[in-house]
Amino acid sequence: MGMTMTQKILAAHCGEKSVEAGQIIMADLDLVLGNDITTPVAINEFNKAGCDCVYNKNKVVFVMDHFVPNKDIKAAEQSKQIREFARDKGVVNFFDVGTMGVEHALLPEKGMVVSGDLVIGADSHTCTYGALGAFSTGVGSTDMAAGMATGKVWLKVPPAIKFNLTGALPKNVGGKDVILHILGLIGVDGALYKSMEFTGDGVKSLSMSDRLCIANMAIEGGAKNGIFPVDGVTVAYLKGRTDRKPVVYEADPDAEYERIIDIDLAKIRQTVAFPHLPENARTFDDIPDIPIDQVVIGSCTNGRLEDLIVAAGILKGKKIADGVRCIVLPATQQIYLDAMEMGLLKTFIDAGCAVSTPTCGPCLGGHMGILAKGERCVATTNRNFVGRMGHPESEVYLASPAVAAASALAGKIAPAE
Amino acid sequence: MKLTGDVIRYGDNVDTDVIIPARYLNTSSAKELASHCMEDLDKTFVARVKPGDIIAAGANFGCGSSREHAPLAIKESGVGAVVAKSFARIFYRNAINIGLPIIECDADIAEGDKVEIDFDNGELHNLTKNTVTKFAPFPPFLQSIIAAGGLLNSIKGAAQ
Ligand code: SF4
Repeated sequence: MGMTMTQKILAAHCGEKSVEAGQIIMADLDLVLGNDITTPVAINEFNKAGCDCVYNKNKVVFVMDHFVPNKDIKAAEQSKQIREFARDKGVVNFFDVGTMGVEHALLPEKGMVVSGDLVIGADSHTCTYGALGAFSTGVGSTDMAAGMATGKVWLKVPPAIKFNLTGALPKNVGGKDVILHILGLIGVDGALYKSMEFTGDGVKSLSMSDRLCIANMAIEGGAKNGIFPVDGVTVAYLKGRTDRKPVVYEADPDAEYERIIDIDLAKIRQTVAFPHLPENARTFDDIPDIPIDQVVIGSCTNGRLEDLIVAAGILKGKKIADGVRCIVLPATQQIYLDAMEMGLLKTFIDAGCAVSTPTCGPCLGGHMGILAKGERCVATTNRNFVGRMGHPESEVYLASPAVAAASALAGKIAPAE
Repeated sequence: MKLTGDVIRYGDNVDTDVIIPARYLNTSSAKELASHCMEDLDKTFVARVKPGDIIAAGANFGCGSSREHAPLAIKESGVGAVVAKSFARIFYRNAINIGLPIIECDADIAEGDKVEIDFDNGELHNLTKNTVTKFAPFPPFLQSIIAAGGLLNSIKGAAQ
């Protein structure tokens, strides 16, 4: 029987000619990632098991992005533990304040993942790199520790859902709207344990930024990974970022899918996910007037340069509404710099936004924009669970950078015209 | 292995943000994490949970972030096992990797029921309702991880 794209990458990494859904394999890793929250737990496990060196100093990556620049003494202590471990073990790819960015924006930007790679990260949104035609998935800290020690991970080969994309997106509609629409269709456990394989004619019309955003939120459907085919857009993106050669895998024509879902991109509308689940997707014909207190533009989902360009385009020459706090977080140092040189930061500041150094910050309710009881926020982030951005009685509405910027101007949830 | 406990019942989509809110992730101490377990979903949990209690929930338990702090906090609270209709995949791996017993089964269990879980025979007895529900045992590879006391121990065992 044929294999899906995901299954082919898994087979190639466990030395098998073919694998099938449900099979448990030990796979070789091309990269192991951790952040400032998950790495300390992994280091504890690594040390407890008596391991003394990492399997490959070039293939372990630590990104300090969640609570940095350190928000309090405890966070500082955790970061210090990682800093010392990284130095002690000679971890080459250690990204700290000044060089870091939000991990899933940073790794693709630095060319650390290429098509055909197998990557695990102790962060659920590690699935982002599927946009590049790699298999990548989120794991826990113990998996990360085992990966650091052995360069291997156990995986259950997933079945797949195929998303057949056609057409092209209308104006002011982006990758975020596509994935929120899909989550509305399948629900937050609609792809549980499965691969989401995106394919079809419509893929070529999606920018790398759109693809990264869509793959990023595969986990919000419960998926193990989300993956895109490798095409000219992928090759152009990787060019100049890495010397490693991409390896291209394609699904077999007779690959088996549990479900095939057709999506006409031309029919996607601006979409907002209401509290408290990403599956609560609504379009503007079904959204009443909802006043807001805060807007957050950033994160591994929508903090890339393309996202800032869209938001700045809407905010240019205007002022955000009275009583709204708008926080802009470029996802990496490079994006920050590019946004500065392009004049985007000035646009944001002139409009009345606060612009921050890269950090996850408010996305997970860490720091830099925590919500009080009863407050509402439109965010370009990926989760709107109870208490995600602060008080358990606050509310997060997930949207694209276009909708977030338009909402900041209107003082309520509003579409981009 | 058999385990008997009183049930604390939750619904569908219990996410890791309510199991252990991110504001407490500035520590990796299991004890400290446990003192905030379930805080944003059920403020009474920490005060009422007793060693050996069993959490029963609906679909997609543990969805959201990869934080191992979530199963760690539950385990440290003294919870003997989590029974759910389904688990989010990272929570599932994490629980196995750290040795928190979990069972995927769709049983009729209510808050306060007393249940007995027979892991070897794949049976869940609801002692209050006097019903039995079957569940599929773990595949052998996962059983070997659990038997070794977690993933790193099983690797160490293999390396020796
Ligand atoms: S930006 Fe948000 S979702 Fe992305 S890695 Fe950071 S905390 Fe996680």
